Amino acid sequence: MKKLISIIFYFLITTNQSFALVEVDITRGNLDPLPIAVSPLYIEPGSKDVKQDDKIIKNVGEEISKVIEINFKRSGLFNPLKKDSFVQNPDIAHIKPRFEDWRLIKAQALVTGKVTVTEDKLRAEFRLWDVVSGKEMLALAFSTTPDNWRRVAHIISDKIYQRLTGEDGYFDSRIVYVSETGPKTQRYKKLAIMDQDGANVKYLTLGNELVLTPRFSPTNQLVTYLSYFRNLPRVYLLDIETGVQEVVGDFPGMTFAPRFSPDGKKIIMSFAKDGNSDIYTMNIESRVVERITDHTSIDTSPSYSPDGKYICFNSDRSGYQQIYVMRSDGSNVKRISFKKGIYGTPVWSPRGDLIAFTKMTGGKFYIGVMRADGSGERLLTENFYQEAPSWSPNGRVLIFYRETKTDSEGKGFSATLWSIDLTGYNERLIETETDGSDPSWSSLLSK
Amino acid sequence: MIFTKNLNKILTVVFASLALTACASGSKKAGKMAGDVYTGTDTIEYLATGVKDRVFFATNKSTLTTAARDTLRKQAAFMRKKKDLTFTIEGHADERGTREYNLALGERRANAAKDYLMTYGISGSRLSVISYGKERPVNSGSTPLAWSQNRRSVTVKAN
Repeated sequence: MKKLISIIFYFLITTNQSFALVEVDITRGNLDPLPIAVSPLYIEPGSKDVKQDDKIIKNVGEEISKVIEINFKRSGLFNPLKKDSFVQNPDIAHIKPRFEDWRLIKAQALVTGKVTVTEDKLRAEFRLWDVVSGKEMLALAFSTTPDNWRRVAHIISDKIYQRLTGEDGYFDSRIVYVSETGPKTQRYKKLAIMDQDGANVKYLTLGNELVLTPRFSPTNQLVTYLSYFRNLPRVYLLDIETGVQEVVGDFPGMTFAPRFSPDGKKIIMSFAKDGNSDIYTMNIESRVVERITDHTSIDTSPSYSPDGKYICFNSDRSGYQQIYVMRSDGSNVKRISFKKGIYGTPVWSPRGDLIAFTKMTGGKFYIGVMRADGSGERLLTENFYQEAPSWSPNGRVLIFYRETKTDSEGKGFSATLWSIDLTGYNERLIETETDGSDPSWSSLLSK
Repeated sequence: MIFTKNLNKILTVVFASLALTACASGSKKAGKMAGDVYTGTDTIEYLATGVKDRVFFATNKSTLTTAARDTLRKQAAFMRKKKDLTFTIEGHADERGTREYNLALGERRANAAKDYLMTYGISGSRLSVISYGKERPVNSGSTPLAWSQNRRSVTVKAN
C-alpha cells in the first residue's frame, strides 16, 4: 500500500478568521452554489516534472486545480467557473489579484497558488480570496513527496471548504468497498480501496474467497471485514499498509457485521450460533471477548456512538427488523424506529446527532436519517434496492450502494456506489472500475 | 437449558407451520408458490431418489412448512441409512433484505432445518451449518418467483 506521508503545514499569513466574509450555508439543500474561480497553481520556474508510477505529469499545478474543482463541483456547494474565462495570469493573480477582472466573470471567491517541485519534494502554497470585498481569507503552504500531489489538492479543498462553511471538510479521505465482477449467481468479490473521488484504486484481496462489509479503523490503518476463507465465515482484520490479515477471535460459528469502537480498541460484531445472532465485542490487544446482547432474536449491524457510550443495532425482537439503542454494556435497550416499514443497518453519525439507516417499505428501499431518540425521521432517497449508508468524516454526506432490478431473463444486474447530502440533495454516482458495494468512508487522513 | 430451548423451537415450528398451512389453503396458489413459499421443483436437486436437497421459506421467516418438514424427514431417513456421510446445510436469503440481516436469517434457516433433522435422530456432529445470506442466489431474476426459489436451505454432502 501507498505509505502515508506526513504533510507539513506552514502558515503564511494569519488572516482574521473570525471576520465573516464569503460564507456557504451547508445546512440546507444548496440550489445556489458559490461561484468560485480556481486559478491553476503556477509552477515555479526550474521545477521538475512529477513522476508517478509510469506517468510523467507536466503541469502539476493545473492538475491540482482540476482535482480541487472536481471536489468542489461534486460537493454541490460550489460552482467552479470555466478556466477559459480567466483573464489574469496565475502567477500575477497569486501575488495580487485584480479583483475587478474576477468580479466581471461573477466569481465570489478565488483560489490562487504556486507549486515548486524538486526531485523528492513538492511544495504547494495557495491563497483564498474574497473577490467581492477584495480581501485575502486564507493562505497556507504544504510540503510532501511529489507523487502525493493529489493529497495536496484534497487538503487544499478541505481548507477552503472549512474556511467557507465553518465545518471540517471530507476530501482528504478514502473509501474501502467491495469490488464485484461475474454473474449474479456467482459474484467474485474483492476488497478495494480508493480516494474519496474514485482515484488511486487498489485491490486488497485476490477474489479467491467471498469478502463482505469492510470498515475502517478510526486511524484508517486497519480494515475489519467478513471473509469466507476456507468456507468459514469469520470477521477478519487487515492492516492495509503491511497486508497482514488475521481472524478476529476464536468463535465456534459465523461472526459478521463488524465495526470498530471509536477508540479503535475493540471490534463489535455479531456471532451466530444455533440459529441465534447476538452482539459481541473483542478487545484487539487483550483478545477479551464480551457478550453485549443475549436475546433469542437476531441482533446485528451494531454501531457505536462517537463518544463510545451507546450502541445502535438492528434486531427483529419485535417480529421484524427495527433499530434499537442501548448503553455500550448492553443495558437499557430501547427501540427507536416506529414508523411504517422495516429498518436495517443503523450507523451513528460522527457528529453524534443522527443515525443513518436503510428502510424497506412498499417494495422500495430508502436511505434515511433519524435522531438518536428516533425522532425527526427523514428519508433522503428511494430506489428499487439500496442499503448500507456510511458517513463522510464531517457527517454531511452519506455513501451507500444500489443494485438494479434484473430483466425477465435475470440479466442487467449491476451494483454501484452513490453519495447523497444529508439535505437529501446532490445525489451522485461514484464511478468505479468494476461494480461496487458495501462502501465505508474513512476519517480524515490529516486533520 | 439447551433441551428446553430446542423444545421451544420445535413447538414454535409446529405452531407456525399450522398457521401457515391454514393460510396456504385459504390463499390462491400463484403458479409455483403457496403464499410466497416456492412449491415447484425447478431448482431442486436430489440427494438420492425421491430425496430433495432443499426446502423453501416465506419472506423473513425461518419456520418450516409442511412440505419442508416432509422433505427433511426423507433427508433424515436417507441420513440414517448412510451413517458414514456428513452434511452441510446452507442457509440462503433473497435479495430483498439488508446484507447483514440476511446473513443472520440464512443461519437461522439452516439451523431450523438442522434442528428438525436432529429431532429425527440425526446427530448434530454430522450436520454443519453455513449461511450465505443473499450472496448465492440460484435464480438471478428480480421477481417474486425468483426470490421464493432463493429463500432456501440446501443440504449437501460434505464428505
